[in-house]
Amino acid sequence: MRFGDDKKYERLLEACGNGDISRRQLMGFLTVAAAAVGVVGGPFRGLTREALAAVEQVRFDGWGGIVSEAFRNNAFPAFTKKTGIKVVEGEFGDTDEFLTQVKASQPGEYNIFLVSGVYDYARFNKAGFGAWINEANIPNLKLILPATLDAFRNETGGKLSAIPFDYGTTGIAYNRKYISDAEAKEAGAKILWDEKYKGKMAMYDGWQTRAWMASLYTGQDPQGATDVEEMWEACRKQRDLVVKYWGSGQEFIDLMSKEEIILSDGWSGRVAYLQQNGHDIGWVDTANAGFAWLEGLMVLAGSPMPECEQLLDFCSEPKVAIAIAEGQNYPPALDPNKVELTEKVKSLPGFDPTGKFENFIWEKADYWTKNQDAFKKEWERISKGA
Amino acid sequence: MLSPALVSLALFLVAPILFIAVYSFWIRTAEGLDVPAFQFGNWIAVATDYYYWLGLWGSFKLALITTISCAIIGYPAAYFLARIQFSNKVLLLFLLFLPFWISYIIRTMAWISVLGRTGALNTMLISLGIIDEPLKMLYNDFSVIMGLVYFLLPYMIINIYVSLDGIDRNLEASARTLGCSPWQTFREVTLPLSLPGLGAGCMLCFVLAAGSYVTPRLLGGPDTLFFPDLIYEAIISQLDWPTGAVLSVILLLSLGLLVAVYNRFMSLSDIYRSFAR
Repeated sequence: MRFGDDKKYERLLEACGNGDISRRQLMGFLTVAAAAVGVVGGPFRGLTREALAAVEQVRFDGWGGIVSEAFRNNAFPAFTKKTGIKVVEGEFGDTDEFLTQVKASQPGEYNIFLVSGVYDYARFNKAGFGAWINEANIPNLKLILPATLDAFRNETGGKLSAIPFDYGTTGIAYNRKYISDAEAKEAGAKILWDEKYKGKMAMYDGWQTRAWMASLYTGQDPQGATDVEEMWEACRKQRDLVVKYWGSGQEFIDLMSKEEIILSDGWSGRVAYLQQNGHDIGWVDTANAGFAWLEGLMVLAGSPMPECEQLLDFCSEPKVAIAIAEGQNYPPALDPNKVELTEKVKSLPGFDPTGKFENFIWEKADYWTKNQDAFKKEWERISKGA
Repeated sequence: MLSPALVSLALFLVAPILFIAVYSFWIRTAEGLDVPAFQFGNWIAVATDYYYWLGLWGSFKLALITTISCAIIGYPAAYFLARIQFSNKVLLLFLLFLPFWISYIIRTMAWISVLGRTGALNTMLISLGIIDEPLKMLYNDFSVIMGLVYFLLPYMIINIYVSLDGIDRNLEASARTLGCSPWQTFREVTLPLSLPGLGAGCMLCFVLAAGSYVTPRLLGGPDTLFFPDLIYEAIISQLDWPTGAVLSVILLLSLGLLVAVYNRFMSLSDIYRSFAR
């Protein structure tokens, strides 16, 4: 007759209750058992991970709200139906938060995520969290805009750990009931310091966006500020005008739609969502006051590569990518010269019909990587009144 | 039967705290890596930075205001619950905890629709002609305190209720027969005897408020400085886990000290008693 672990434990407990062994001895046995499980479990951890990978599921993490909905409604069920691979979804509030989760996890726990910007793509790879994609397994890669592929390749020595998926812009959103298009366009970033709108404006709680806008306000290059103190002083000045620093796209939508605020910097896709839902929101785009960013589907180290590559290829199929783009309101990274895009996609804020992005200002990963520690720390203090 | 509990405590409470304490001595390199070490650089950096102490003070100040507000609002409610002649008192206690069935985040966010510029309160005040312009009630310390009071009030009420319910009613009757007025009876008999419950409620509310993170994040404005938020920024935004660990240990020690002082003069068993009911 064989005893299971629970039976053995019951016998030990009984022996302790009868006084055959002391409580201290019981604790000792348990400690030794726990240590044995730990030691024996270590070598098997890798096998367990592989076994899990073969469970035919991959994890996808993205921004919440309409972005997650777009993937859920337009891609994942069809992918599961086609391949039998289940997609487990997760969400994050911002990339810093997700980076922390990945840092604290075991390789393979997180598989694919929506990386926002070349800067984030670069820092995830520099931290060793990226996995190299076998491009031969993604036939739809040929439909993706070459400029976007180059942007990623340049950061990782020609290799890819993500495929470009969509792009968006950060600009200025305003309620047309109170602010005219002419006024917003003429003022550009300076409108975010207009005393007239004190207590009626909010800003994104992101150090990069804050540094960017403050540089524009102080007449400096947003990706090469020479007087950093002046830049932060502008942020301090702006803080007194701001009612709230919002932390997620959904919060931005909530604030604008309820008219808690009438002015904010924001993201093109979220502004499009507001407009589509009947809110008269104006938009000053990247050429005047903001910047553009490229989003990609990035594969993380330790992930089951064939399954992940299958999902990446599936999401890059024109039909699927366009459906997701229409759902999340960000133009796909598909080449408009090779793929016929829909009228809805063409009308999205920030859409570039040429695919050359000549009027776009992209973030320079080097500048932000170099300054990230100092900028983050300073911004967080300023945002809290320091 | 004690050993599983001890093992659980050791694994899920003591070990994580020890990990955090150990982490506080590690070094964060310029590349963002955490290197095992034993040095006091992180502790010195935090101790000599006025900003963090301001954050701790900000947290404790708001927690104190929240606790006092809970006590003032909670005492009459608990008194009512303890004294009402109602056959199904359990139902009232059930109603007290009914909001806990709804997600804490949703309950907190609901305050935006109440206190906002276009929220229920401002809309009502404007439609009644009491104000012309919406009052700024959201995204400041006031809204944070409102959110925290709403969250913590049931804890305060249940603690006071248990204390009041345990008072021998003959003592109050005796005071009255000896000539005390109802107010004197309350002041000289009921209130002193209910102090352990009030103290337990205050301690619980203060600790939970000072360690609260979600409410200040959702309802606070640019001027709301809350210590747990600084921990979040250090760990999540700056990826500086050693500094985050130092801040976590400081908060833990500060609140632990408070609990120890409370336990010295009152008794933690009052809190256990409330939840054992």
